[in-house]
Amino acid sequence: MGDQAQLLPGTLDLLILKAVSLGPLHGYGILLRIGQISDSALLIEQGALYPALFRLVRQGLMKASWGTSENNRKAKFYELTAAGRKRFREETESWNRLTAAMSAALATRAEEV
Amino acid sequence: MNLAGYLGGLKAKFLRRAESDAEIDAELRSHIALRADDLERGGMARAEAERRARIELGGREKYKEEMHEALGGNFMSTLMQDVRFSLRVLRKSPGFTVAAIVTLALAIGANAVVFGVMDGLILRPLNVPHAESLYGVPYSNNPTWQSYPNYVDLRDRNRSFEDLAAFNFSLGAALDTGKDAELANGFAATGNYFDALGVHPYLGRFFHASDQQGQNSAAFIVLTYAYWHSRFESDRNVVGRTVLLNKHPYMIIGVAQPGFQGTLQFVSPDYWVPIVNQQELGGGGDPNDRSNTGGVFESFGHLKPGVTPAQAMADVDAVSAYLEKTYPKQVAHQKTEISRVGLSAFSSGVRAFVAGLSLLAGLILLAACANLGGLFAARAADRGREMALRLALGATRKRILRQLMTEAVLVSLCGGAAGLIGSMVLLRKLSTWQPITGAPIHLPVSPDAKLYWFALGLALLSAFLFGIVPVRQVLRANPYEIVKAGSTARQGRSVTVRDVLLVVQIAICAVLVTSSLVAVRGLMRSLHSDFGFDPGNTMLAGVNLATAGYSGDQVPAMQRRLIDALGTIPGVEAAGMVNGYPPLVYTAGTKVSVFKVETSDLKPANAAALPYRYDISPGYFAAAGTSLLAGRDLLWGDNKNAPVVAVVNRNFAEKIFGSVVNAIGRSYKLQDGTRVEVVGVVENGKYQVLTEDQQPAIFLNYLQSPVSPGYIVVRSKRDPQQLAAAMRNKVRELDSGLTSDIQSWNSLLQTVLFPSRVATMALGVLGMMGGMLSITGIFGMAAYSVSKRLKELGIRMALGAQRGEVLRTALGKAVKLLGIGSAVGLVLGILASRVLGYIVYQATPRDPLVLGGVVAAMALLGLVATWIPAQRALAVDPMVLLREE
Repeated sequence: MGDQAQLLPGTLDLLILKAVSLGPLHGYGILLRIGQISDSALLIEQGALYPALFRLVRQGLMKASWGTSENNRKAKFYELTAAGRKRFREETESWNRLTAAMSAALATRAEEV
Repeated sequence: MNLAGYLGGLKAKFLRRAESDAEIDAELRSHIALRADDLERGGMARAEAERRARIELGGREKYKEEMHEALGGNFMSTLMQDVRFSLRVLRKSPGFTVAAIVTLALAIGANAVVFGVMDGLILRPLNVPHAESLYGVPYSNNPTWQSYPNYVDLRDRNRSFEDLAAFNFSLGAALDTGKDAELANGFAATGNYFDALGVHPYLGRFFHASDQQGQNSAAFIVLTYAYWHSRFESDRNVVGRTVLLNKHPYMIIGVAQPGFQGTLQFVSPDYWVPIVNQQELGGGGDPNDRSNTGGVFESFGHLKPGVTPAQAMADVDAVSAYLEKTYPKQVAHQKTEISRVGLSAFSSGVRAFVAGLSLLAGLILLAACANLGGLFAARAADRGREMALRLALGATRKRILRQLMTEAVLVSLCGGAAGLIGSMVLLRKLSTWQPITGAPIHLPVSPDAKLYWFALGLALLSAFLFGIVPVRQVLRANPYEIVKAGSTARQGRSVTVRDVLLVVQIAICAVLVTSSLVAVRGLMRSLHSDFGFDPGNTMLAGVNLATAGYSGDQVPAMQRRLIDALGTIPGVEAAGMVNGYPPLVYTAGTKVSVFKVETSDLKPANAAALPYRYDISPGYFAAAGTSLLAGRDLLWGDNKNAPVVAVVNRNFAEKIFGSVVNAIGRSYKLQDGTRVEVVGVVENGKYQVLTEDQQPAIFLNYLQSPVSPGYIVVRSKRDPQQLAAAMRNKVRELDSGLTSDIQSWNSLLQTVLFPSRVATMALGVLGMMGGMLSITGIFGMAAYSVSKRLKELGIRMALGAQRGEVLRTALGKAVKLLGIGSAVGLVLGILASRVLGYIVYQATPRDPLVLGGVVAAMALLGLVATWIPAQRALAVDPMVLLREE
């Protein structure tokens, strides 16, 4: 686990929404999915995930229900609500705008100024 | 929301907490199981995998707390946790807790009492409808133009008042229900009095303007609810009954509503009679004499809508200017102030006094908060290790502060509750207190919801004030340092917040001690100052012949028989009479205008002097102990048929005639033109209040202007109890129907001493509280610094330090802070005491005894407070201490 980047503040929520947008997941599954889609480049403290999940449920962006995992463990599954899907689209767009602007800014060379 | 609903909601909150707790646990367990499954698949043993999974999860309790927070609505449960924890912590140090609660109870209690008094006297409106628009022309110590005829003119000519009513104090009258006569105090009120106030009777009816058809035409009496309750046992059949007032039949026509007591906040009368009948009852003087200002005490009315007090004042001024122009001989126009009805002329004095008291009480609270702030800061420092551990275990600083605040609030709520209970007991006592015997004066204080809110507010405010002191300490605390090194290792800066707080507190306490000493000393001096008479060894018999049906020439004749009879009691050295009230009794005094003989236009503006006038019998000066400086005393021969003569005081003689010797044989003129020859000069004295500047006074012979109420002064060294009994018997021998009010002059002086007494009492109590607070403050600081430095002290002793050096090390700082605080407080106290001079006669802080007293008191307080810590420091056994740790 060498080259991992600390999450920028506020990005954890977006990552969770992304992970859950691909299908209902339990908490541990969300961690695995984030690791998978980010190629293990992003570090999340395991426990820190849960307060964030609770916050998102409370904001009505996700809903949770108890179910059974693939290896027959009882687990709580999270999925996006309609509001969650809308928020996810908006957040993704604004993130893309931000990164595009940042990359453009950082890619500027001396002769272009 | 009703109570059941509220409790239900509370219960649901706790249930939800338990529910969500279970769910959170289940979810975290499931996470650990899933992670362990994965790790197991990677080849780890199950037990090791589960351990690993738990470690990877991180601070479980911390995350659980955050999850609860994310769920929202756990305020109550956090609060309950904090409360439970705080209670445990507080129970662990009962000494600290009790000291803190007692300190706060005293401080909040003092403030609540002052607030209760302020509420009763100033904040609460009079118990009449629309009290806010009720304004009046108040009684004042200066001679006014308020006489009955002038009142009638003002009532009819003003354009500002809806209706102008007036009342006068009716002298205590004997009220005879057929079984027995008892003195009762009442108001003589104009016919429109009740209608102008807009009040309605509880029983029967009130009298109205239409009931008055000229002098002595309305023999009606209205009772107050309280008097009806106590004297007539709430008998509903009293209406229509006839009682005897000073032997005149009066019909009871009604009873007022409970709580209605007229327009003076601090006087509760027993009854009202129509003002047109007051002369028959022996009060008010001549109702047709425009210059007789004894007929009306105060007039008042509701302002018409849209009329401002300033406009009303201008209006009243215009009317009185008109009256002066029309009746130049009788009316001296004075700039008239009109004010809210309720406190009368005492308004500004009472306000200043109450404001001063609240300031001092506020200072007490501030000192208490400084004291507790210091204690809490010291505790926070001691608990540094505990806090550090909690921080290290993942508690947020916010949470720790919240818990500390909870502790502070708990302590202050307990203190506030105790203080509130104490203040309520005291206020109830105050409301039944009769400060002046024989006068219907009482403080209208009654604790109510406002007081509870006030106490609660103070408790929360003080919790905030002292709870905030340790905040910075907690915020800056570095858990790793403290856990590593222990809380004792770090020496603080040389001047800490605690030191500053202690100096502030001691300074405040020194201010209180200074002011209370100044007040006590002032009171002592005024008790022994020169009144111009000697109230020691004298007994006064107040006799109002009108109450027994005497009139005309019978009055002076009977008065002479009384004087002679009382003079023959064995052991009596002298007896003499004074009409009305003797000097310094009930702050009553009559001033008259006198003119030089050559003045022909006798209007008040031309008066040469405005002396107090006393009508006395021969022998009065001997009985009063007033010494004659020149000339002769009045004689029995100076009667109605002889030329009018007077004795004057030194001030009058010097003012009018240049010197004492010059005055004898010279004359002056009274308002009615009578020429009065001065036959003697007596020493100066005090006449109405102790704080007055030296005033002129004239003493005329009562035979030449008889009035029925008067006091006979009897001088004797006999035991006062026996003497009073003998005097009462003598009076009864002469006329069994005559009631007499027998008291010593000294006890009647309490009226004039009342303000000083109250001020001294209040300041004494506050000063004592200040003293106690500074003891606890210094004690806390000294005990803390000794306990912190026990080890160091032990080492010093082991290295051969002497006792003196040890003490200096241990307590030097406490003593230094005490010195600084006391000095600051003394200076502030001296400045503050100037204000006291207005209330307490001869209160001066520039008195070596006061200054010495303050220094001695503070030194004594310091000694008491540092005694135990000093003993502890000296008892240090270096061997024991060094063996520890």
